[in-house]
Amino acid sequence: MDLLGWFKSKKAPTANTARDRLMMVVAIQRDQDGRRTTTGNGGAVSYLPALREELLAVVRKYVSVPDSAVKVDVQKEAGLEVLEMNITLPERT
Amino acid sequence: MAKIIVVTSGKGGVGKTTTSASFATGLAARGKKTVVIDFDVGLRNLDLIMGCERRVVFDFVNVIQGEANLRQALIKDKNNENLSILAASQTRDKDALTEEGVEKVLNDLAKEFDYIVCDSPAGIERGAHLAMYFADEALVVTNPEVSSVRDSDRVLGLLSSKTRKSEKSEGRVREHLVLTRYNPVRVEKGEMLSVKDVQDILAIPLLGVIPEASAVLTASNSGAPVILDQNNEAGQAYEDLVARFLGEDRPHRFVEVQKKGFLSKLFGG
Repeated sequence: MDLLGWFKSKKAPTANTARDRLMMVVAIQRDQDGRRTTTGNGGAVSYLPALREELLAVVRKYVSVPDSAVKVDVQKEAGLEVLEMNITLPERT
Repeated sequence: MAKIIVVTSGKGGVGKTTTSASFATGLAARGKKTVVIDFDVGLRNLDLIMGCERRVVFDFVNVIQGEANLRQALIKDKNNENLSILAASQTRDKDALTEEGVEKVLNDLAKEFDYIVCDSPAGIERGAHLAMYFADEALVVTNPEVSSVRDSDRVLGLLSSKTRKSEKSEGRVREHLVLTRYNPVRVEKGEMLSVKDVQDILAIPLLGVIPEASAVLTASNSGAPVILDQNNEAGQAYEDLVARFLGEDRPHRFVEVQKKGFLSKLFGG
């Protein structure tokens, strides 16, 4: 019996799963309520900075890019919200 | 002018009544004339948490229906003369609370008190609606748990649309996050949503973090709001919360894992 393994065996942390699931349901809920997904001080969509950070981390798994390489924005056009993402890859040398 | 504060959450069992009792007790301890009202018609419980269940003669609904006047229904707190309690009725009539009735009682209380704390029932039905409708500020009580956070977000939606302030375009209800039953050890292990996670999702200012503590149960057992137990972390956290609400700048305690010394490890301190 792998005693050491038994002692070490740990379930994967679930707090991150909880956070991601919540962000999703809350975004949908706010949409249905006709609320904007805004922070208290208005304007920006609350999850955008986090989304940008995570995208940047994913891109950096493959290429090294500066912070400014990932741009995320929400545009409102005729009652439609469009999530716009721009990822600039470095030029090949 | 009196300030009306609703303590609300959506989900039940997250600590609304515990928070209402300690918040009101803390305000009164700082010399503010405070009244705390139980809006949970049919499921009265604030009286138990405040330890005045045997002194309830008349209640909120009696006053609304003109069967008693406010003076008869208000129960003076046994420890602090600045604090009064208005108990909920045990009637099963769901329509016992009316908007006009609640408004009149709040107007009358506003002449006498600095702070009116409205302990909302769970859910988003009539009682919860009326508890928040006249509010100037809201304490949104949330546990670091998915269903509680989601329900709190629903309530935030209602606070921004279904209140007198929003309907009459008199500005916004000022929202405060109160995170209860927080366990930093579980957060560190990645088992529990962190303060930051909840703040990121709900996007309202944090008023206080109340650590999970056995003292909350013992306080309710004995009918003394946990804020009176200043030897305990939860009591101290509520004390900080009240100070912050009144404008003091206090750092958030009990959000990090306390590193235990050798002796306290040994003796379980």
